[in-house]
Amino acid sequence: MDKFESFSGVAAPMPLVNIDTDMIIPKQFLKTIKRSGLGVNLFAEMRYLDDGSENPDFVLNNAAYRDAEIIVAGDNFGCGSSREHAPWAIKDFGIKCVISTSFADIFFNNCFKNGILPITLPQEQIDVLMKDAEKGSNARLDIDLENQTVTTSEGESFAFEVDPFRKHCLLEGLDDIGLTLEKAAAIDSFEGQASQARPWV
Amino acid sequence: MTGKTLYDKIWDAHLVHEAEDGSSLLYIDRHLVHEVTSPQAFEGLRMTGRQVRAPEKTIAVPDHNVPTTAGRDKIIENEDSRIQVEALDKNARDFGINYYPVSDVRQGIVHIVGPEQGWTLPGMTVVCGDSHTATHGAFGSLAHGIGTSEVEHVLATQTLIQSKSKNMKVEITGQLRPGVTAKDITLSVIGRTGTAGGTGYVIEYCGEAIRALSMEGRMTVCNMAIEGGARAGLIAPDQTTFDYVKGRPHAPKGAQWEAALDWWKTLYSDDDAHWDKVITIRGEDIAPVVTWGTSPEDVLAITDVVPDPSSFKGGKVDAAKRALDYMGLTAGTPLRDIKIDTVFIGSCTNGRIEDLRAAAAILKGKKIKDGMRAMVVPGSGLVRAQAEEEGLADIFKEAGFEWRLAGCSMCLAMNPDQLAPGERCAATSNRNFEGRQGKGGRTHLMSPAMAAAAAITGHLTDVREMM
Repeated sequence: MDKFESFSGVAAPMPLVNIDTDMIIPKQFLKTIKRSGLGVNLFAEMRYLDDGSENPDFVLNNAAYRDAEIIVAGDNFGCGSSREHAPWAIKDFGIKCVISTSFADIFFNNCFKNGILPITLPQEQIDVLMKDAEKGSNARLDIDLENQTVTTSEGESFAFEVDPFRKHCLLEGLDDIGLTLEKAAAIDSFEGQASQARPWV
Repeated sequence: MTGKTLYDKIWDAHLVHEAEDGSSLLYIDRHLVHEVTSPQAFEGLRMTGRQVRAPEKTIAVPDHNVPTTAGRDKIIENEDSRIQVEALDKNARDFGINYYPVSDVRQGIVHIVGPEQGWTLPGMTVVCGDSHTATHGAFGSLAHGIGTSEVEHVLATQTLIQSKSKNMKVEITGQLRPGVTAKDITLSVIGRTGTAGGTGYVIEYCGEAIRALSMEGRMTVCNMAIEGGARAGLIAPDQTTFDYVKGRPHAPKGAQWEAALDWWKTLYSDDDAHWDKVITIRGEDIAPVVTWGTSPEDVLAITDVVPDPSSFKGGKVDAAKRALDYMGLTAGTPLRDIKIDTVFIGSCTNGRIEDLRAAAAILKGKKIKDGMRAMVVPGSGLVRAQAEEEGLADIFKEAGFEWRLAGCSMCLAMNPDQLAPGERCAATSNRNFEGRQGKGGRTHLMSPAMAAAAAITGHLTDVREMM
């Protein structure tokens, strides 16, 4: 996984609450056995009209947001299905950071596995960021994971919380499985004890 | 020292390693796998030369995009679906994991097959690349959905990196009124807490009305814990649980059964356990409910009317406007006046034998409305066989329902079972999201009995009037 570096990017405003994973990547695109190439299908049912042409009203079709690298979203982003195709599509489109008042649990976990930073902030701060994002490509947000801050185009800065282990993995681009396999001895020992205590498992 | 919750006890029994930063390594007892969220994980193993650490604890079954019509064991016509199912066939074979192929009578929805075969047992940790893994919490096992990267992690290490959730208690007191089911409980809880109300928590459902539920009903309740945002839902095991588990193919036998039972009986929340959040609902206050919008929190009693978006607060005002527009509904319309053209009975929420019995009890000797498309998709081949033996299949067929083969089907419409744009469905599944059952399709969630009633009248119906 690539290392997550601080960056400055255009943020697309998506104030709708409860944006679910069926909206992010509709089920017809889950029939792939690959992780790549899903960006073109990101938000497909909102992004394209029935004839396959772009829906001019959808934010990512607006010239200002075509190269967005951040989404500022309404509450409970990523609810619904566990499909990792959602973060795969987001990442493939070029989005590296999603900011909301809350995220659904599984989506939140899936983001970190794919080098995407989900940031949770209180409603008042989301309101400020949403207004800034609405300015289009003239306004860029600064995302600084090392110092855990988001800064608006006006220079207003908000601090965010992030789990230290996950932060470390993002910054270093670490592979979880490799890290866990370093603890193989602890897993072996647990398995030995558990098979004594609960042999029926 | 304060006592422990059931969640605390299961967590402690599976903790392999705890780092100073709070991230923990949890051992996984059962890993369920299906065809849609696993191909990339197996590909990852191959690319890194890794093996499945515990194939004997890994169980795979194709369910999401298998057709539910005859002949599917010969050929799946949709090429992409076929490739995914064939990939699972191959991965199960190459890595030596337990497998129920499409041709096996035990095939079905992964969350129905696991309990049915006795893979799911009290006190276990159970994961699957599917959010409705919460279902298995009905046995007092810690069960939740994971993404594909985590599927690969569990395949390779039989563990998961986790941070501990908070404890929420949802107590349903007293008794349910006639016509009110487990589905009405779980929808009513989400209606109360919202779809983000459980975020950061593991929920334990308790109280007299929960205790009175069968295992099927408990699975329905826990299944939708995820729709409330919770990582998992749990119900402490009791005699109902033990009776269900005993004798199943992979349940312990003999002396091991006795040893297991001794431990299972310790799996309850201590009286002095700490709860971070408590919700109490009187069982008597729960009505048969339906959803009106495009979020599972959009729940109202069937006797109610379509709400006015301006009655909500914050971002929900715009969301409700959008939902009414998508659903083609006008504020103030009585829910019972909403006409439907499709009925779907099935899914991991309501595709078990008790669900089919409840629907058949309403349909017996009746016909569905002219022009109605109605289908029953049993949750597994064994549920289907049992329903045929009990005469339920005949009731459905005589009423005008299609009697299908097992799978996820129209719950998420990855297979050919889909709504066309504008079609409106009474569904026993778990999500009413935009496009969930087919692009432009409109979904109203409800219990199997309510869906059966709607099939007869052609509009959303208060099942109590038909009992």
